[in-house]
Amino acid sequence: MRTLGMAVTLVAGGVALGIAGWRSSADGAQAGATISGTIKFTGTRPVMAKIDMSDEPVCKGKYQTAPTKEDVVVNANGTLDNVFVYVKAGLPATYRAAAAPTPVVLDQDGCRYLPHVLGIMVGQSLQIKNSDGIAHNIKAKGVKNRPFNISQPTNMTTTRTFSAAEVMVGLECSVHGWMKSWVGVLPHTFFAVSGNSGTFAIKGLPPGTYTIEAWHERYGAQTATVTVAGTQTKTADFTFAAR
Amino acid sequence: MINELVLLAAALVPRPPSLVPVQDTTQGKIVYGKWCAGCHGDGGAGDGPAARYMLPRPRDFTLALYKIRTTASGQLPTDPDIERAIDEGLPGTAMPEWKTRLSDRERRDVLAYLKTFSAYFADTSQRPTPLQFGSAPGGGKGAEALRIGRQFFDSIACHKCHGNQGRGDGPSAPTLKDDAGFPIFAADLSQSWLFRGGGTVEDIYRRLRTGVDGTPMPSFSDLIDQRLITDEELWRLAQYVRSLSPERAPAVRDVIHAAQRDAPLPGSPTDSAWNGLERYWVPLVGQVIRKPRWFAPAVTGVWVQAAHDGRSLVLRVSWDDRSQSPDSAWLEHTARMLETMADDDTAAPAPAPPLLPDQIAVQFPLAIPEGMERPYFLMGSGTQPVYQWRWTSGSAGGAVTGLARGLERFDPLPRASLTGQAVYDQGAWHVMFTRLLATADDSTQLQFRTGRAIPVAFFAWDGSNGERGARMAVSTWYFLSLDAPTPPRVFISPVLAMVITLGLGWSVVRRAQRRARGDGD
Repeated sequence: MRTLGMAVTLVAGGVALGIAGWRSSADGAQAGATISGTIKFTGTRPVMAKIDMSDEPVCKGKYQTAPTKEDVVVNANGTLDNVFVYVKAGLPATYRAAAAPTPVVLDQDGCRYLPHVLGIMVGQSLQIKNSDGIAHNIKAKGVKNRPFNISQPTNMTTTRTFSAAEVMVGLECSVHGWMKSWVGVLPHTFFAVSGNSGTFAIKGLPPGTYTIEAWHERYGAQTATVTVAGTQTKTADFTFAAR
Repeated sequence: MINELVLLAAALVPRPPSLVPVQDTTQGKIVYGKWCAGCHGDGGAGDGPAARYMLPRPRDFTLALYKIRTTASGQLPTDPDIERAIDEGLPGTAMPEWKTRLSDRERRDVLAYLKTFSAYFADTSQRPTPLQFGSAPGGGKGAEALRIGRQFFDSIACHKCHGNQGRGDGPSAPTLKDDAGFPIFAADLSQSWLFRGGGTVEDIYRRLRTGVDGTPMPSFSDLIDQRLITDEELWRLAQYVRSLSPERAPAVRDVIHAAQRDAPLPGSPTDSAWNGLERYWVPLVGQVIRKPRWFAPAVTGVWVQAAHDGRSLVLRVSWDDRSQSPDSAWLEHTARMLETMADDDTAAPAPAPPLLPDQIAVQFPLAIPEGMERPYFLMGSGTQPVYQWRWTSGSAGGAVTGLARGLERFDPLPRASLTGQAVYDQGAWHVMFTRLLATADDSTQLQFRTGRAIPVAFFAWDGSNGERGARMAVSTWYFLSLDAPTPPRVFISPVLAMVITLGLGWSVVRRAQRRARGDGD
């Protein structure tokens, strides 16, 4: 019994040593394993209300056809946009990622947040840009992160960071009630957002068994468990149903 | 030797308790349980039994999110920030001042205790540091200062929520919610006495710098950091905002005087003649006596002015109202409001919120009472009705008169003895009532007479706030006094008295001089 316990300890120690060298880095993105997949959508596509921007001609003028709300964006190929997919659990305890050096940009353009959903690392700079030149305010409604509310009445860029992992921190503009954005704050870079193709890929993972969560602002979160080794690519598809 | 003995004795005597404030969370918990938990909840989550009747809701201490601070947006408050809220309360909310109710010790202990509801206060990386504020530049009431202030009011888009004249009627106002999703109003900048963090220029400047966390009001500090606005310009803005309110909070006076005018009476609600007439502030509160009770009235008070010419009485009621109801832009706010303030006995609000008008009612007894007895202030009773003028926005007829017999019953009077005219301008209603002092029907309609104290009361409804029926703002009884024409003797008597005094004095002097001359001869 004692021997077995010793053996387990040794093996665990060896694994820990083996993966202690894992570091997230820009050029290391190709190393390691990949988890990718498609965010499928079933059921009737909800009709998104048109946004009335009559009070803001600057924004209204940026659109050919009236923009619609972005709570649910179903792509042409039937997949779901704006789903935040990330490693929720499974990274080795010894894993440490340095904050990514390049800032993440969130633009306010046409009285909308671009992008609508984004991921960022703890401590990484978020550059919040006002390209509209009209008054916006950016209100971050974090719980694990301190909330903030700053005014940008003109073209300007404000930089903020988040101090704690939190999925998600909602951002909103009080002047334009339809403006919403979601920020996933994580202590690592293993996250992705499904775009207009409805796919995602999380690259450079150390070997291990991961809990992958797919989060959508209206349809909630789903998880999947995926085990990867070496430079494997494994698929994890998620399906959200209309309700 | 003696000195040494004295020193030794001094060292042995037990020292008095340390003067450094020691905060005792155990004692604080007792104080909290007794005085705070009813609203703020046992667990500090702002969910005490009374919380549902309040808007704004009591602070949720578990979030460590404080409106009134001296720190940057998103930072924790300093201890003095929380201390000020406890000591002075938050004007315009249910939070009273505790400085005169609790001892220094109790307040200090309860402050320490409420910080234990959030782990943020124990986190040493979150050390709150007050912003550097400087002091207001002089000349803040001058035209140039106010012009600059107004310029920045426009350029940083205060009007988006607060409205062009600051009455909280901006285009984004109907959509505003606090972080918990409760409806919230953009502050009415013409009522500085209700500003949560105080109404001085310094207070306003601080709110601009820190923002009001948990609400849509952002911080403007980044503009200074990025040199898009100077500190002085932001001070000018604060001075401009302060200039939108009266110098002092309006005093409440029992008697509203209707001046006697020989010149024509004001002919419309916006007649410039109103500017020369005294304004009387009548505060209103939610109707919480009869169900359905209403704890979130939108109208905080009305300004009343009156004049008469011996034949007719004109009375103007002006009040700030963020919406010209009925207005479909406010429908979502109405729904949020009715959901938030659902009373204990009311069914769930209808899925489609009603599109309601604004209303005002002016109430009198049927006849001027001889003694001090007056009908029940809350719209009379079955046996003792009251005489009312009612005006409803959007209605073609303007104003109606009628007899109210309690909250449920209003019997309109057929004779049109009353006219009502209304103007909505920049977030304020001005409703002018005109009536003959004496009417043919003197059994149901009050006959106005000069020189008498005529009981009067006011009721207001903001339709967009979901107010109708018993959901309203009410006043208590006040008095309306029609000034009597000044009798001629009032002017003649002082002149006569002066002439007699001068005459007597002159004769005394003359006699004395004559006597003196006689002595000399």
